[in-house]
Amino acid sequence: MIRVEDLRVTFNAGTIMETRALQGMSVEIGAGEFVTVIGSNGAGKTTLLNCLTGEVPLTSGRIVIDGTDVTAWPAPRRAALVARVFQDPLAGTCEDLTIEENLALAAARGTSRGLDKALTAARRDEFRQKISRLGLNLENRLGDRMGLLSGGQRQAVSLVMATLRPTKILLLDEHTAALDPRMQAFVLDLTRDLVEAENLTTLMVTHSMRQALSLGSRSLMLHEGRVVLDVTGDERARLGVGDLMALFAKVRGEELDSDSLLLS
Amino acid sequence: MNLVSFLGAVEIGLVYGLVALGVYLSFRILNFPDLTVDGSFPLGAAVAATLIVAGVDPFVATAVAVVAGGMAGLVTAVLNLRFGILHLLASILTMIALYSVNLRIMGRPNVALITEPTVLTPFEGFGLSGLYLKPLVGFVVVALVAACIAWFLITNYGLGMRATGANPRMARAQGIATAKVTATGMALSNAMVALGGALFAQMNGFADITIGTGTIVVGLAAVIAGEAIFRVRGVVVAVVACLLGSIIYRLAIALALNADALGLKAADLNLVTAVLVTLALILPGARNPLKSLLKKGKRA
Repeated sequence: MIRVEDLRVTFNAGTIMETRALQGMSVEIGAGEFVTVIGSNGAGKTTLLNCLTGEVPLTSGRIVIDGTDVTAWPAPRRAALVARVFQDPLAGTCEDLTIEENLALAAARGTSRGLDKALTAARRDEFRQKISRLGLNLENRLGDRMGLLSGGQRQAVSLVMATLRPTKILLLDEHTAALDPRMQAFVLDLTRDLVEAENLTTLMVTHSMRQALSLGSRSLMLHEGRVVLDVTGDERARLGVGDLMALFAKVRGEELDSDSLLLS
Repeated sequence: MNLVSFLGAVEIGLVYGLVALGVYLSFRILNFPDLTVDGSFPLGAAVAATLIVAGVDPFVATAVAVVAGGMAGLVTAVLNLRFGILHLLASILTMIALYSVNLRIMGRPNVALITEPTVLTPFEGFGLSGLYLKPLVGFVVVALVAACIAWFLITNYGLGMRATGANPRMARAQGIATAKVTATGMALSNAMVALGGALFAQMNGFADITIGTGTIVVGLAAVIAGEAIFRVRGVVVAVVACLLGSIIYRLAIALALNADALGLKAADLNLVTAVLVTLALILPGARNPLKSLLKKGKRA
């Protein structure tokens, strides 16, 4: 479903600020796979997602989605194939628009937008039904401004928005990081349900080792713009959070810090 | 205030209602502080007046003026989007260039239209004097344009435009080509302003190079007045609020100028406008959505 070949991204090339965010990353992800991505700050997790959505131009490399080379496609065109939920609940929605207007925006993702009415009675019914599944009692507040919702509610709505249109790939960029533990659990359950129901090929970036192992079917660890660990199946099932922390530390060339084990 | 000055204020308020709609579209919807209007308003007047004097049908002349305004908006949009010039500066560059362009179009600083046919001429046969006819025609035109804009903003394309202004990153993630949409919005905004200029010239019987000065502030005043009086969220009501804001603002100005006790003269108009807008922005109790865009260091 997704094939990236030798991705290289260098920011501020040739200056003192030069940063090599991706240094020849290659990975292939099959249809319906749910992949969790971990790595320290600056490992290239977010840059990888930004490359897939087309927000960051590649220095070199190739991106193939569902058999189509999309390397030269600009971000708006890729939106037909890729849906994304951002880390910041403010980033993925428009706070000045109402909930139903946000949903209408997402319901037209990747299609050409014409001069037909955005909110029809049929659309509203569809939205009400999809939103009522969240169990957050938002179905009667569709006309409320998005800005009135809590971060967790907004992320939940963002997830619904991402799945309103058929999509090839779902990208989750630490989408629970800004939430309290109760809301985190809620959004993660919702993620699992939606991904299963729609059989989506999913990439989820996370900082939580536990999330990385408990969700999905495969885990990638990135370091300095490369894939340094790629585990799936039995090998992944045997890994504990402690093992992952140890690997993590080893990759970074650090002594294993027992504190980080305790805190994980 | 007598009937003549009341109707005069309504008439000018309606014409500047088009400017208010344009300013609403650029400032509020697209989040693009656009000063091009100071050039596109006289551009509309200059194009319409020059063509009418040259014998072109007034309706065709007005249509050409609208297109010219749209092009002016596109120039600003391209300077900003394609060449990365700060939006405010990009619009000032277009505005200052339009001053020369407008002089070239007219060939002189002032074109008189008193004896020429205008878009009002076909309606003069209905027995209404100019006093009533002008506000009536102004109302019909402005109401039509406002209805179109209100409809536009609740379509899929219009919703995409609102997302482009509110959260461009999210808009792109939803597949909206934000640069194209911004350019379209800027063209639309300045086309409406130019229509205002074309109507202004035909209703007042002249086009003058200086009529553009302060257009942006008048437009802003109308938008602020509308939003302050009708504390609204929905776009449709906001569009109506722009128009009513423009008329109310003109009536307030007419009242102030007519009140002998205040000792104000017509020449004080721009000063009064500037003071009113400034007060609207700095008074602690005054809350309006434009505040964040127009005040330093208050962007959310």
